[in-house]
Amino acid sequence: MIKIRKLIHDYLKHDEDGAVSEEIRALAGLDLDVKPGEFIVILGHNGCGKSTLAKHINALLFPSEGEVWVDGMNTVDGEKLWDIRQEAGMIFQNPDNQIIAQVVEEDVAFGPENIGVPGEKIRKRVEESLKSVGMLEYRRKSPGRLSGGQKQRVCIAGVIAMRPKCIIMDEPTAMLDPSGRVEVLKTARQLNREEGITVILITHYMEEAIEADRVIVMDKGKIALQGTPREVFSRVEEMKDLHLDVPQVSLLAWELRRRGLKIPADILTREELADALEKVIS
Amino acid sequence: MGLKIEDISFTYETGTAMQVRALNHISCEIPDDRFIGLIGHTGSGKSTLVQMLNGLLKPTQGRILFNGEDIHGDGYDRKNLRAKVGLVFQYPEHQLFEADVLSDVMFGPRNLGLSEEECRKRASESLFMVGMGERFFKKSPFDLSGGEKRRAAIAGVLAMHPQILILDEPTAGLDPRGRDEILGLISEMKKKLRMTIVLVSHSMDDVARYVDQIMVMNNGKLVYNDVPSEVFRHHKELETMGLSAPQVIYIMEYLKERGLPVNTEVLDIQSAADSIMACMGPAGRGRS
Amino acid sequence: MFENITIGQYYQTRSPLHSLDPRVKLTGTLLYIISLFIVNCAAGYLLAALFLVCMIRLSHVPFRYIVRGMRAILFLLAITMLFNMFLTPGQVLWQAGPLHLTREGLTFAVKMAFRLTFLILGSSLMTLTTTPTQLTDAMESLMRPLKVLHVPVHEIAMMMSIALRFIPILMEEADKIMKAQMARCAEFDSKHLMKKIKSMVPLLVPLFVSAFRRANDLAMAMEARCYRGGEGRTRMNPLIYRTRDWIAYGVVFGFMAAAIALRVFSASLPFPLNL
Repeated sequence: MIKIRKLIHDYLKHDEDGAVSEEIRALAGLDLDVKPGEFIVILGHNGCGKSTLAKHINALLFPSEGEVWVDGMNTVDGEKLWDIRQEAGMIFQNPDNQIIAQVVEEDVAFGPENIGVPGEKIRKRVEESLKSVGMLEYRRKSPGRLSGGQKQRVCIAGVIAMRPKCIIMDEPTAMLDPSGRVEVLKTARQLNREEGITVILITHYMEEAIEADRVIVMDKGKIALQGTPREVFSRVEEMKDLHLDVPQVSLLAWELRRRGLKIPADILTREELADALEKVIS
Repeated sequence: MGLKIEDISFTYETGTAMQVRALNHISCEIPDDRFIGLIGHTGSGKSTLVQMLNGLLKPTQGRILFNGEDIHGDGYDRKNLRAKVGLVFQYPEHQLFEADVLSDVMFGPRNLGLSEEECRKRASESLFMVGMGERFFKKSPFDLSGGEKRRAAIAGVLAMHPQILILDEPTAGLDPRGRDEILGLISEMKKKLRMTIVLVSHSMDDVARYVDQIMVMNNGKLVYNDVPSEVFRHHKELETMGLSAPQVIYIMEYLKERGLPVNTEVLDIQSAADSIMACMGPAGRGRS
Repeated sequence: MFENITIGQYYQTRSPLHSLDPRVKLTGTLLYIISLFIVNCAAGYLLAALFLVCMIRLSHVPFRYIVRGMRAILFLLAITMLFNMFLTPGQVLWQAGPLHLTREGLTFAVKMAFRLTFLILGSSLMTLTTTPTQLTDAMESLMRPLKVLHVPVHEIAMMMSIALRFIPILMEEADKIMKAQMARCAEFDSKHLMKKIKSMVPLLVPLFVSAFRRANDLAMAMEARCYRGGEGRTRMNPLIYRTRDWIAYGVVFGFMAAAIALRVFSASLPFPLNL
């Protein structure tokens, strides 16, 4: 679905005369393959290059070096630009700054209108998309009156109405409260499972990564760690060095091991912890 | 002395004859030198409550006393009140406007009519307090990183030398590193400056290990106001309010259910590990 | 302090006025505004008021809601009235120092006040019953002839609709920033004019910064959703005239004709309709 080879991205800072004064390397030779239907979570703290990576997949940014392929299309191929943006939809952090229209259904229609879908079909797609994010009853409402989580779901509907194969979500939950976070995450998982859409979720909340197929930890423009959530979260020490959280159970298990308790290193749930402790006692 | 809140209510009037009661008969005290966590989900009234405390909003009923005086009494100096009860809003970096960091932090003291010299002194002290040394003073606030902007904004309130400092979700939108930095900074400030801190949040995990008192709000009412361990004993009720106890409590509760005699009143990983090690007995010591 | 502004906002409900083609509403509003400057006698204003009241009833928007939006403009209205009252030469009714209140000034001020009020109510009625997207489509469609002159019709319409969408968001933001600065002991209610202007800096700078940030984000979000100008765009609800729209056109033109007739025959109307 997505193939990234040796991707490098430099941001150029210009001084007052327009000459390049500084080069900041946001991505430093990154390789990544995403299979169709995967649910990938990318973790990393601010400035690790994860947002830059997201914008490459949607062809909003282009490589300084290296290549990005989306569904067999190279992002630098100008003729394929709109196909790539239609196939790889994107959700941003602040829902207020993504909603264009003042009525929910008109906003969802914005994408399909841009790619020239006939009116009759747009209405059908809008209805289906709103239904799949559970917002159909709000179709005639003004987005201003919705909660943060609801607004973000409208944004997701706006992307699915374009029938993408893949959705990249760039910290969609960062500005939401806990209940809004749960709503958005549930929607993302459901789209992945029921409609087979590939999801790349960028976040810094580790609890959103626990049910992912694969977790990728980024640091300094590169992939620092990757694997299943269990593999990644059992490497407590490395995660701590990167200033990232791990689930409290994993952290507790790690602390107990450090104190000499003989329990497995890859504990992810409290049931597993209890089992392990019982084993030690008997 | 601190703040005393006597039976306040607040009703928003939202246009077409719709009324929303944001606060419903709240009474409590915010004494000096205390670290308080104010918890509640979106719309519980916590943001409304904190705006009452420095007089930005006026309660529709009840009174608020600061150091024994009614803050809405005749001739009360509310400008001075705002210096004494400092309020750091959510995403405070959006209020930065001056050409350089130092001048921005001086904005508050200048509004108090202090001498230029005194303003400068307070501003640089506050910036040092939030870990921003001299090299930041002449930088444009718009060139700072997200976490730095937020610290500069906190310094802007700190420079007014508040007796009570209220922070409305100071970690919103920050990554784990930024969050830990800000929370560490706040608890350090608490220790050094011996002021009262009110930390508004919807995350129990964030506040549990720092605060010595938790106030829980739900539907405009103050539901709990007690020490953390007492409040967390009600974790089932907290869940019905869209809140939760710290994760570690759930782990310990579960282990207890499974028959391990662990202590369920722990707030951090270290004491949880202590308690587990204690009840594992010699069997647990791999080395013996 | 900003939450009372309803101008340019959409009021969601079902009504005959909501379901009209936006082109009819746009043309109708323009003609109504023109008619306000055609009529010159009490009878004419009465007709304009009647027409407006009928339209408000047809819109199902609560009257109080519409009037609430007027409050923000009351100040402007008062200033205009005062200027007209005292600065129009004519028969002096009352005098205080250099100020002359004239008969002509008074009539003119009252007429001006009616015109402005009707104008604002009429145009807010349009935006209250028409979503910005519909309005954009209508403008684009009605201005199509200008495309020949290379006027960027689609872009202008799109910008207007986005501006309308962001008004409430920026108002709310302004309110937040103001409170944040007040928490730093800033004063916004100074009586001194220079001080007042100076006190706006801590509000306006962050507001502009935020507006630019939002504009940047929005542009990127629009690009990500394949926006590339008006070329090749389709519409979910293409504009099609129905019978009710033709009837509405008829009503508007009928009103227009009546307004012109009243102006022509104003002199022969009985008192007080001819004032």
